[in-house]
Amino acid sequence: MKLSPRLQIILVAGILIVLGLGLTLYKNLELGFPLSPGQQQAVWTIESKISFKPIGGPIEISMVLPKPLAGWTILDNHFASSGFDFLIQESQRERKATWTRESLNRNTMLHYKFEIYQSDSNGLGDAPVPTIISPEITPDRLAAIKSITSTLKQRSVDPAGFTKALLEQLLLDDIGQDAAFLFAGRKENRLTVIMNILSFSGIPHQPIKGIFLEDGRRRQTLNSLIEIHDGNRWHVFNPSSAEQGLPQNFFVWQRGAGSILDVIGGEHSQLEFALVKNTLPIKTVLFLEQHVQDQLLLDFSIYSLPVEQQGVFKGLMLIPVGALVVVLLRVLVGIRTAGTFMPILIALAFIQTTLLTGLFIFLLVVGAGLWIRYYLSYLNLLLVARITAVVIVVILLMATLSVVSYKLGFDQLLSVTFLPTIILAWTIERMSILWEEEGGHEVLIQGSGSLFAATLAYLLMSVELVKHLTFNFPELMISLLGVVLLLGRYSGYRLVELYRFRDLGKLDE
Amino acid sequence: MKWATPSQLSRHGILGMNSRNIDYIGRSNDRRFYPLVDNKLKTKKAAIQLGMSVPGLIGVVDIQHEVRLLETLLHGVKQFVIKPAQGSGGKGILVITDRQGDDFIKATGATLSFRDIKRHTSNILSGLYSLGGRTDVAMIEDMIDFDPMLSNYSYEGVPDIRVIIYRGYPVMAMMRCSTHASDGKANLHQGAVGVGIDIANGHSLYAVQNDNAVEKHPDTGCHFNELKLPHWEEVLHLSSSCYEMTELGYFGADIVLDKKIGPVILELNARPGLAIQMANQAGLKKRLKTIDRLSAIKQSVNERIQLAQKLFATQRS
Repeated sequence: MKLSPRLQIILVAGILIVLGLGLTLYKNLELGFPLSPGQQQAVWTIESKISFKPIGGPIEISMVLPKPLAGWTILDNHFASSGFDFLIQESQRERKATWTRESLNRNTMLHYKFEIYQSDSNGLGDAPVPTIISPEITPDRLAAIKSITSTLKQRSVDPAGFTKALLEQLLLDDIGQDAAFLFAGRKENRLTVIMNILSFSGIPHQPIKGIFLEDGRRRQTLNSLIEIHDGNRWHVFNPSSAEQGLPQNFFVWQRGAGSILDVIGGEHSQLEFALVKNTLPIKTVLFLEQHVQDQLLLDFSIYSLPVEQQGVFKGLMLIPVGALVVVLLRVLVGIRTAGTFMPILIALAFIQTTLLTGLFIFLLVVGAGLWIRYYLSYLNLLLVARITAVVIVVILLMATLSVVSYKLGFDQLLSVTFLPTIILAWTIERMSILWEEEGGHEVLIQGSGSLFAATLAYLLMSVELVKHLTFNFPELMISLLGVVLLLGRYSGYRLVELYRFRDLGKLDE
Repeated sequence: MKWATPSQLSRHGILGMNSRNIDYIGRSNDRRFYPLVDNKLKTKKAAIQLGMSVPGLIGVVDIQHEVRLLETLLHGVKQFVIKPAQGSGGKGILVITDRQGDDFIKATGATLSFRDIKRHTSNILSGLYSLGGRTDVAMIEDMIDFDPMLSNYSYEGVPDIRVIIYRGYPVMAMMRCSTHASDGKANLHQGAVGVGIDIANGHSLYAVQNDNAVEKHPDTGCHFNELKLPHWEEVLHLSSSCYEMTELGYFGADIVLDKKIGPVILELNARPGLAIQMANQAGLKKRLKTIDRLSAIKQSVNERIQLAQKLFATQRS
C-alpha cells in the first residue's frame, strides 16, 4: 500500500513529535531531570591542558589535584592521557595525578576536565599556621626591605593593615626606590618579593593558588592570592588589586606552598585552562552529582562534550527555536522578511548585544550603509565589487562605532562586533535595490518585518525556560522537526490574507 | 473595514498563498520544467520553434566584455527593451522609447546616457535581478508597439494581459495597466491597475488599484467598463498553447497586443500572483476545482478554450 504524501507527512511528523516528547518525559520522570529551570546554580566546567616539550628519556608528570575548599564541590573528573600510565595517589595532605611514560619524542598535551559548583561561600576556614622561614637574601636587598617596612609599620596598626598598605604601595605607579630595586633585574616574581617582605616583618603567610573564573575564557592561567595570619585568623589578599577577602569568582586549587605541576623529562611545561559557565537548576546539579556515569542517555548528552563545544551548542540549540518563529510568521501570519533566515542571525546577535542596543546599532549601521550604498550606485561598479565595498564600509562603520562609543563611555555599543558583517552588507545591498525598484515603502515593510521577526525570535530565545529546555532536552528538537514538517503542509489562509482579501470574503453581501 | 474570516474566504473559493504553493504549484509543476519558464531566453526559443509569436530579439549579451559590443548592436535602433533572462517580478526591465543624440529616452521620459545603459547591462550579467543572485544574460528585444486601442488604458508603459492556465485551460485573466504611480511598470503591487477580464469574451469586469475598486484610469481618465480586448480568441489560444510547450500544470502567461503582429508572448510565470482574484472579484480556487472535477482533460487547445469559456463566463449585471 502506498501512502499519499499528505498522510506520510502526518505519520512521520506524528512519530517525530511523540518520540521527542517521549524521550523528554522519560528523562523527566525516570531520570528525574527537572522540566522547569527552578532555582539556578552556576556550574563551571574547567578544562586543564598540560603542555610540555619532552627532552628524551622517561617522563613523569605529576599534578596536584584541586581540593574542594570554600564551599566548592567537584562534580565530575575526567582525565585524558593517551599512551601514558596514569595513577592517582591520595595522601593525607593532597591528591596527586601522575602520568608516566618510558619515552616520547613530540610535544604533547594532557587533559584534565572537571566540573565545580559552589554550594555555599563560607570562606576558607582555618588552617595550620606555617612557621616563618627567614629568607636568604643579600644585605643590600635586606636593607631595601627594612626601609620599606619601617615606613609601612608607622602607618599600620596590625598585620592585616600592614599587608594591605604594602600591596597598595606596590600597585602605585611610583612604587618608591627601594621597591623598584627589589623588583629590578630579578627573575623572582612579585609574589616572592611580597612574601620575603612579610617573612622579614614576622607575619605568617602562605600563597593560595587558583583560577579566576570567567565565562568563555580560554588560555586562563593559574593565579595566586596571598593570605596572612594575624595571630587569630587568616586574611586573604589579592596582590594584583590589594583587595582583602577571597574574590567571589576565585576557585581555590591549592592552599599553601608547594608546586602544582611537576614535569620530569620535559621542558617548557605549561598549565592552561578553558572555562565555561552553565547555569543549571540546583535539582539537575544534585542529580548529576549522584548519577554521573551510570546512565547511557546522560553519557550521551551535551554535558559529555568538551567545554568549548558545550558553549557552542548552547547557542546552536537555540537556532531551531528562532527558525520556528520565522516559519510561523511567514507561513501562518504572512510577514515578509528580507532574506529568509536573516532574522535568526540578527536575533542571535541580539542575544549578545541585548535587544535595545542591538536594534539601535542595527538601524544605525544599516541606515548609514544605505546612504553610502546610494552614493556607490553612481560609481557604476560591478556587483561583486560593490558588495565587497559595502562589506568594507560596514566593517569601518562598526570599528568607528566601537571606538567612538568606547571613548564616550557607552560600553554597550562595543557589542556591535556580534552583528554578522556579511549578512549586514547583503541586507544593505538588497534593501537599496529594493528601494530603487519598489520604492521606500517596500523597504520599510520588509525591513520592519525582519526586525519584528528578529525581535520575536530573540524574546523567545531569551526565555529562561526555553534555554533550559533546549539545552537539557535536545530531544525536543525531534518534536520541533515534526511540527515544522506539519507547518510545511499547511495550506490554509495566512493571517494577512484575511485582510488582503477582505472584500472578496463578502461578495454575496 | 472588517477582516474576512477563513470560512468566508474558503466559501468563495479564494486561493491563498500556502494553498497555491502546496496544492497547485507543488503538485502540478514538475521542477525540471521550471528553467524553460524562468529563463526568458529559453521560453522565447521554445515558442519560436512552435511558431508562436514573441517580441523580436535584437541580441543577447552573455559576458561582461561583450557589453562593449552594445554600441554596434544598438546602432540605429531607436526603440528597444533590455531585460534579464532570469529576472523575477519584472525587475531589471529597461524600456527605451527614443534616442536624442547620445541620450536614450526611457518610457517615463527620463533620459539616460550610454554609460547608464552599459551599467544596467553589467548589473544584469552579475545577477542583480535574477533569483538567488545567479549570473544572468541580458536580452535586448524589440519594443512592443502596442495596439492603439489600448493606449488610453495605460500610462507610460505597455499594458499586458495575464492569463492563468491550469492543466491547459484558461481559468482567469486580467489586464494590467501601468500608471504614473507604478512608474510605467505593470506590477499591481507597485500601483498598476488590474482589470478583470471575462474569459468568455474579453470584456472588462472590474478594476482595482492598490486593492481598491476604480472606475477609470487614474492618469488617462478612461472608463474601464467600456473596455473590450481585441483579438481575445487569439490571446486565449496563444496562452493555452503554452501548456503543451511548458508541460506545467499551473502558470501565468503574460501577453501583449502588438499593433502589427497581434498577441505576442512576453513571458511565462510559474508562480503567478494572487491579485488577479481581486481584479476579477472571484475566487481562483473555485475555478481550479472545477477543472479538477472534469472527467477527462480535453486534448485539443480549441476544445479546452471553448469549455473554459462556457464554464467561466461571468454574468454581467
